[in-house]
Amino acid sequence: MAVLSEEQTILRDSAREWVKDKAPVQALRKLRDSGAAFGYDPALYAEMAAMGWAGIVVPEAYGGSEFGYLSLGLVLEETGRTLVASPLVSSALGAASALMLGGTAAQKEAWLPKIASGDAVATLAIEEGPRHEPLSTALAASRTGSGFTLNGTKSFVPDGMAADVFIVAARSSGKPGEAAGISLFLVPADARGVTRTALKLMDSRGAAVIAFDGVAVGEEALIGAPDKGFEVLEPALDRVRAGLAAEMLGTALQAFETTIDYLKVRVQFGQTLGSFQALQHRAAKMFTELELTRSCVEAALSAIDTGTNDIRELASLAKARANETLHLISNEMVQMHGGIGMTDAHDAGLYLKRARAAEAAYGNAAYHRERFGRLHGF
Amino acid sequence: MAATDTPELAAFRAEAREWLATNFPASLKGRAAIMVNLNVETDEPDFLAWKRAMGAKGWGVPTWPKAYGGGGLSKDEARVLSQEMVKIGAFSPIGGMGVMMFGPTLLEYGTEAQKQRFMPGIVNGTTRWCQGFSEPGAGSDLASLATRCEDKGDHYLVNGQKIWTSGGQYADWIFCLVRTDTTRKHEGISFLVFDMKSPGVEVRPIQLISGNSPFCETFFTDVKVPKDQLVGPLNGGWSIAKRLLQFERQSLSGAGGGTGGGTARFGAPDLERMVDKYVGRDEAGRVADADLRQRLIAHHMEARAFALTLSRAAAEAKSGSGPSAATSIMKNVGAKIAQDRAELSMEMMGHQGLGWEGEGFNAYELGMVRGWLGGKAVTIYGGSTEIQNNIVAKRMLGLLDHQ
Ligand SMILES: Cc1cc2nc3c(=O)[nH]c(=O)nc-3n(C[C@H](O)[C@H](O)[C@H](O)COP(=O)(O)OP(=O)(O)OC[C@H]3O[C@@H](n4cnc5c(N)ncnc54)[C@H](O)[C@@H]3O)c2cc1C
Repeated sequence: MAVLSEEQTILRDSAREWVKDKAPVQALRKLRDSGAAFGYDPALYAEMAAMGWAGIVVPEAYGGSEFGYLSLGLVLEETGRTLVASPLVSSALGAASALMLGGTAAQKEAWLPKIASGDAVATLAIEEGPRHEPLSTALAASRTGSGFTLNGTKSFVPDGMAADVFIVAARSSGKPGEAAGISLFLVPADARGVTRTALKLMDSRGAAVIAFDGVAVGEEALIGAPDKGFEVLEPALDRVRAGLAAEMLGTALQAFETTIDYLKVRVQFGQTLGSFQALQHRAAKMFTELELTRSCVEAALSAIDTGTNDIRELASLAKARANETLHLISNEMVQMHGGIGMTDAHDAGLYLKRARAAEAAYGNAAYHRERFGRLHGF
Repeated sequence: MAATDTPELAAFRAEAREWLATNFPASLKGRAAIMVNLNVETDEPDFLAWKRAMGAKGWGVPTWPKAYGGGGLSKDEARVLSQEMVKIGAFSPIGGMGVMMFGPTLLEYGTEAQKQRFMPGIVNGTTRWCQGFSEPGAGSDLASLATRCEDKGDHYLVNGQKIWTSGGQYADWIFCLVRTDTTRKHEGISFLVFDMKSPGVEVRPIQLISGNSPFCETFFTDVKVPKDQLVGPLNGGWSIAKRLLQFERQSLSGAGGGTGGGTARFGAPDLERMVDKYVGRDEAGRVADADLRQRLIAHHMEARAFALTLSRAAAEAKSGSGPSAATSIMKNVGAKIAQDRAELSMEMMGHQGLGWEGEGFNAYELGMVRGWLGGKAVTIYGGSTEIQNNIVAKRMLGLLDHQ
């Protein structure tokens, strides 16, 4: 565990208490079974925002607490433990970061205070294909006299049904595969030509396909310079990756602890499962992976806070490790519970489903191993 | 005729081909996966006709003795039959736990009267059987089972609970392990069969993480069972159960050959199709994701090694007498390959592999997700991977428990 300030310790402890109290796994189950439209419970998110969580990375001037990414990571780790569905990652982390990194003063004034208060939900609309590959952005942004016209479709937009505004990666020049020529636009969800379709995902969280059909936007919608949107998008994505890795660390930790608790109570052959060395060594392996993952996650978040120049490689390291660790532990959780772990009534399946959804988001382990390798000249 | 056929086999091949051509309805071609499902009763006339024909011929269980309605074929003839069936997209319409587990066990341990009574329903596929082994407190440690069976003079009286009873809600009969002596562990277990419609039998379906409810909790309250439904000697059920579990593992690993579905029946070309659809290729035709490519290659090589091991085992067993301890490694390898393949598919589909239902995903993608989830069970049931490894270490390698 990183050395935390007193305020950070208080933040983490209060997040832990709140999650236990207000958002146990049962809350996700209820959300799933109710078929709620947004993929999260707006009343719960309002409570989270009221505690200041949606403004943790937002500057004080825009209504946030400027408490930093490591601090937000502490909260995400706790919400990850019980699979809390909320726009913390999509809006309070992803969209807020993009605006902070490249937004104009007017854009920041218009949206950051509302994001920080939880009154608005903003989200990044990046993906177009089945796998995360932001450079392959193809959604067309054609120049018009007064701005741009957007044509194309974004898939898997997190919290896309709830969002008030999208930050859309579009291609204004060049071709898919190139960083140059990507531009970022701020597009209100109620803009003419925008239609959304809800996706029902296995982790019960909210996502949507967003179609842009001749959507007209002015120059003032650009985030960052035209054709240079990737300079804003890439660091914003790295912030999301590091934050999501923190959430996944929490998910993996809880899956691990639940499994260890079970090994201590389930008796077969007259002894607890935990007394079998075949399982003990695998438990020790999971514990080891969790420790390594924590170091990577905390290093990535701290690097963002201090602004060092290794954020990209640390974000990839953190996301790759979090993916591998959660993949391992979510599988072991089911296997070590035996038949019970296969039932819908047990939580193991919920952790397994959430694990794969989080693994696929913002780059799977192979994507980040490759990126880490390239950054290191391999 | 295949190059290696002896004249006798060539004659059999011709006979099988002709019989299949006459009896297999073209409308069923290639529909095995849809039609042979434990839980689905189809009443398509062509399917029922095919089932009747195969049942009468005994070819659903080709190597079982003719005396009990089986095909009476040699292993070589059964292999030829299976080849001819694959050629025309035919499949056996007769399966389930009766064929996979109970039938072969009954052939070894049943009395003549029991065989005459129960084999026809298995051979014709008209009686669905379920397996009442596991209990809430007796999973891997199956011999700790506690379902009581008392001798009431002219009948047995059964009280207790089973769990994870696959197909319990659809089954006609159950083969069940019960405790007939509470003073001894393994030597106090008996093997009993009874009608699931007997008064006092109650099933409650359990929902799986994949959303299906293929299995049940099964409760027995004062269930009366006629005494002639005990298989093998009183308190002699454990050896029968062990034998039955060998047959189960054999069919789960695909080592049984024939037309049954094993966990290792992977369709390799599918992965290639998925590469094209979801991942893409570089100019040289290689999988665009180099990291994934290496893992796909390793997976294919492992699958090939497994297939070769299955054929070697089959060749070696030709003269032998059914499954051996080696089925333990087969089940583990087959299960791991099936799970790896599902994980690789999920990884390739990326976001398209995250759908649960509704718009945005096609039926194949949604099916893959459910299949990946359901497939997590193959390393748990039929003796978990850990238990198989314990068996290998102790029985085959002679390694002792920690004293
Ligand atoms: C889909 C499905 C269908 C099934 N169908 C049937 C059926 O039709 N009929 C039936 O009777 N049963 C059925 N089963 C039950 C199945 O056989 C049991 O789930 C299995 O035997 C494991 O028992 P358990 O679930 O109690 O797990 P446990 O025995 O509690 O095991 C939990 C974990 O501990 C491990 N473990 C246990 N002992 C050891 C040890 N000594 N060393 C190392 N690791 C160990 C196990 O491998 C497992 O990973 C089914 C199960 C599933 C999931």
